[in-house]
Amino acid sequence: MSAATPKRTIEPFLWALFSAGGVVAAMLVPGLLLLFGVAFPLGWLDPPDHAHLLAVLRHPVTRLVLLALCVLGLFHWAHRFRYTLYDGLQLERHKELISLLCYGGAVVGSFLAAGVLLQAM
Amino acid sequence: MSENVEYGGYYARWYRPRISRLWWLRRRSYLVFVLRELSCVFVAWFVVFLLLLARAVAAGEREYQRFLDLSANPWMLALNVVALCFVVFHTITWFALTPQAMVVRLRGRRVPGTWILVLNYLAWAAVSAVMAWVILS
Repeated sequence: MSAATPKRTIEPFLWALFSAGGVVAAMLVPGLLLLFGVAFPLGWLDPPDHAHLLAVLRHPVTRLVLLALCVLGLFHWAHRFRYTLYDGLQLERHKELISLLCYGGAVVGSFLAAGVLLQAM
Repeated sequence: MSENVEYGGYYARWYRPRISRLWWLRRRSYLVFVLRELSCVFVAWFVVFLLLLARAVAAGEREYQRFLDLSANPWMLALNVVALCFVVFHTITWFALTPQAMVVRLRGRRVPGTWILVLNYLAWAAVSAVMAWVILS
């Protein structure tokens, strides 16, 4: 193959998912984790009652945002974790297996997320 | 990094220096790099935690209460405190990289990196405030 016709790869697409996931995670995760992971359990704030939270969850915009957060967040993880394993642990040899587990995990997780969020109708 | 380059011609043997598996412990900057990369594990954990919450809320009041009890478990709380540190680290490092990855031009002039950085933090504050208002009101 000559240099004039570079091989087409899926890499730019995966990088775009990684990048979008990085933005969504940076914007949304700290606030949500502070509330549900730390502030409510420690009693800094009273957790919302069930009826209110169910109404919020049932709103289509909420479910769309949460689905985007789950799918993009998982692909962000897959891409970054894949390279961390390659470079961090020098596992270049097991490239195919690592990619399969990372992106495969993200695909399966995305379907699970869609299932959970659809059930909340 | 992998390279999809195909070489022609003759070569006797690749020169491949051996790198220790613990190379990232050698320098502080290497360690910070690896910790930043590992923040993605906590993003994935948060997705799991969020789905547990969504499922519990959809399943009814009793399940929601069980989720609240679970999140107050000391191990769970410790995990989430660590996760919060990592995701905040992710946000800070992600925003710090944005001006370098994104060149924005306005009327032919490059928008200074500091502006992009400040806009990112303002957006973060606004998004967090809206979420808190929706959840707590």
